[in-house]
Amino acid sequence: MTTILEIDDLAVHFPISIGTVRAVEGVNLKLEQGEVMGLVGETGCGKSTLGFSILRILRPPGNIVRGRILYHGDDIVQMNEKELLSLRGSRIAMIFQDPLTSLNPLFRIDEQFTETLLTHKKELDRKTAFNRAERMLESLGISPERLLEYPHQMSGGMRQRIMIGMGLILNPDLLIADEPTTSLDVIVEAQFLDLLNDLRKQYNLTILLITHNLGNVAQLADRIAVMYGGTIAEIGPTEDIFEKPLHPYTKGLLSSIPNIKLDQPKLITMPGSPPDLVNPPPGCVFHPRCPHAMEICRSQKPDVLQKDGRLVTCWLYG
Amino acid sequence: MRFSPAAGIGLVLSRFMGLGRKYGVEWWILLAGALIVLAILSMALFSGVIAPFNPYNQNTGPQLAPPGGKHLMGTDNLQRDVWSRIVYGSQTILRVAVLAAIISSVFGIILGLISGFWGGIFDRVLSLIMDSIYSFPGLILAIAFAAMLGPGVINITLAVAVIYIPTYFRLVRGQTLSIKEELYVEAARAIGASGPTILWKYIFPNVIATTVVVYTLNIADAIMIEAALTYLGLGLPPDIVDWGMDLAMGKKFLPSGQWWLITFPGAMVSILALGFTMLGEGLAEILNPRLLER
Amino acid sequence: MGNLSRYVITRVLLTIPMVFILLTTVFVVLRIMPGDPVGTMLGGHAPESVIEKKKEELGLNRPMAIQYVNYLWQVCRLDFGDSMVFKQRVTKAITEKLPATIELTTFGMIITILLGVLLGAYAADKRRSPQDNFIRLYGIVIFCIPVYWLGLMLQLIFGIWLDILPIAGRTGPRVFASTFEKTGFYVLDTILVRDFSALRDVLIHLILPSFTLGMVLSGIFVRLTRANMLDVLKADYILAAEARGLKHRVIVYKHALKNAFIPVLTMFGLQFALLMAGAVLTESTFSWPGMGRLLVERIYLRDYPTIQGVIIMFALIVAMVSLIVDIIYAIVDPRIRY
Repeated sequence: MTTILEIDDLAVHFPISIGTVRAVEGVNLKLEQGEVMGLVGETGCGKSTLGFSILRILRPPGNIVRGRILYHGDDIVQMNEKELLSLRGSRIAMIFQDPLTSLNPLFRIDEQFTETLLTHKKELDRKTAFNRAERMLESLGISPERLLEYPHQMSGGMRQRIMIGMGLILNPDLLIADEPTTSLDVIVEAQFLDLLNDLRKQYNLTILLITHNLGNVAQLADRIAVMYGGTIAEIGPTEDIFEKPLHPYTKGLLSSIPNIKLDQPKLITMPGSPPDLVNPPPGCVFHPRCPHAMEICRSQKPDVLQKDGRLVTCWLYG
Repeated sequence: MRFSPAAGIGLVLSRFMGLGRKYGVEWWILLAGALIVLAILSMALFSGVIAPFNPYNQNTGPQLAPPGGKHLMGTDNLQRDVWSRIVYGSQTILRVAVLAAIISSVFGIILGLISGFWGGIFDRVLSLIMDSIYSFPGLILAIAFAAMLGPGVINITLAVAVIYIPTYFRLVRGQTLSIKEELYVEAARAIGASGPTILWKYIFPNVIATTVVVYTLNIADAIMIEAALTYLGLGLPPDIVDWGMDLAMGKKFLPSGQWWLITFPGAMVSILALGFTMLGEGLAEILNPRLLER
Repeated sequence: MGNLSRYVITRVLLTIPMVFILLTTVFVVLRIMPGDPVGTMLGGHAPESVIEKKKEELGLNRPMAIQYVNYLWQVCRLDFGDSMVFKQRVTKAITEKLPATIELTTFGMIITILLGVLLGAYAADKRRSPQDNFIRLYGIVIFCIPVYWLGLMLQLIFGIWLDILPIAGRTGPRVFASTFEKTGFYVLDTILVRDFSALRDVLIHLILPSFTLGMVLSGIFVRLTRANMLDVLKADYILAAEARGLKHRVIVYKHALKNAFIPVLTMFGLQFALLMAGAVLTESTFSWPGMGRLLVERIYLRDYPTIQGVIIMFALIVAMVSLIVDIIYAIVDPRIRY
């Protein structure tokens, strides 16, 4: 297996008026060719920020303050604008949370397709680009005539398929999917995940699936990375994580999924609220909510530990 | 936005004390605006002390003397001191602009409250009329009024006032419509408060706080309209000292290069309008923190 | 297109009550408001009998209802009677001056939009930079400069001190009026007869007035475009476009600007009134022979029918522009269909 993406001690900060938001703080992550990695965590834990920093499309004032992002060995953090432009879309594609707002409402679908193609492939002409877009739509199960429509004339699921088509039309090998199904209804969501699975084989894609929906990752991901408060809590194969979570946060996350089969008297929720990333708690960021917090957790950051072939950032295993 | 005047002022003060450091730029706008307005206001109040000459005095020095010496801003063709006329002229323009804003706000607020609160056919018709006046060029309306009424301080004030009534009307009507639906108004109605009581005790105080910003911006605009009317030779009799009239007179000497006759009166109009605009902008940024996100 | 044309027809029908109310407002201002227009017109000291005779002549002492009907009938025929001062139909005086005003406002508008929208978009793109702060300051300050004073200062600088641009009129003395017989729009006329030295002359005369008019209004558009652009640049589709590797310039000036331009267009409908008002003042400053100057001149001459005609004409223009803006809006934004 070859490593396609390696994130090494990445830190992303947002300096704002009341301090610095440490959205991502020292993250290490490796993606192997062809795998689907689920990146799971609560809203605001830094998972989307991590996704954006891979493409270097962080919104100001966010910036990468430390670390490396190696894509096939090249450090994206060091790339200049021109290198980044040729990376985005053609080598690494990204789809977003809300397909309703991810397409420019004032341009027809064909324009948005051809524009993407022509930007990266200067040798193409408009006609060829249009034909390619037609074929892409067909392969996604959408009638090619719809290229001539505006985004508002399409359903949410269709727009998300268009988004992914636009992402894949240049044959990238890495797809970052940022909560791609959050705004879709359940049936469309299932169809979309199936499609994603098909495309993965068809295009030999590596996928980083960012989500807060554990059901999604269970269905699709080979491995799961659990993120909390800007750091990675735990990484491991999907089955292991579900069956035997190591990190107390992962345990809490899994037990908060309502289970129809178990006769639960009430929904289990995790006490406390996500950490304040401007003034993160000292030591382990999770300790204020952790049922197993020890003295050391309050003062020292835990190291990343190997345990049963998995990585976990917790003093319990130290 | 729901503010009572006291809470509004409290909010302004607390933000002024606590958060001034954070939003530095916006605070300078408010402060600079307030300073400009205060400076010109004191110019109007203490004209006799500030001005070195009587503004009508025709023998203060040489004819068309450039700025310098005992004439800070030079003299005009009738040997009058330009600076003294500027100082006294501030009285006219401030009086007209502030008075016009008061008149139009009173009419606009009352009509807006009634229209928004009771609705019905009266509201529909009034809204249509107000919208159409609003869409018409204000200056041209004021010109028509001024031409019909003839010159005079009261007349020009009325001509300027008319064009802002729709501004207040639209704002207050919209606010009334939304406040009317608020829970505390519903509650007051439920315990049997009469229409006028609700209007006076619950809606009016909330509406009035938000018109403050509009009020200052309105004065800024009224200043430019007043000067525009008198620049066109409308609205005021020739024996009144006024920046717009001085500007119109100075215009005749532009080809011969007597720049001070147009530069100073016009600059004063701009500065005064800028002062009120900055004051209004500053207040808007404080009263509506959402703007700060930008 | 079927949808669009239906929308256009509806919108035209909706304009009718607006025009009607505007005309009624003008009627109220000119006829019913306190004050004695004819007395004022005749100079305040005219004997009662003269005033009465004039009123009789203008039909001003008939019952209000009849005056109102007559007034509307005049408007429908676009015939506002004879001038009180010159032997001339009011309609003719207006049609002679109208092209000058339209030409001035058109060029002013172009400058407003170019300056305002481009500066605003640039400032939003370079948010919080010195350029941005400078442009924001420009937006506030320029809005507070009276258009007539800006005109005078530009005249002083470019016309007197630097002596490179003319400060009055639509043409120089050597350009003969016979060139301008076709449409009254001098730029168009000179192109039609292929008289390019005259065209050059006409354009040179347009520079200062249209910049004066355009700059003053550009402040509003700078601020509005900037604010809209800041919102639009936060939109998901901008991020998505970035993720597809589109060039920054294309994202800002194609994707974002088109979206930011829609509210600007709406605003333009509202601001057009300001443009007309600005034109009246600009015409006065630059001796520009248009409707605004006609209005002011005739107020001096106390020519009541002409004043009324010009004001009605302004009302009709405002209504028409708001109609046109709404139609353009529907064409630009595919989501709008009524």
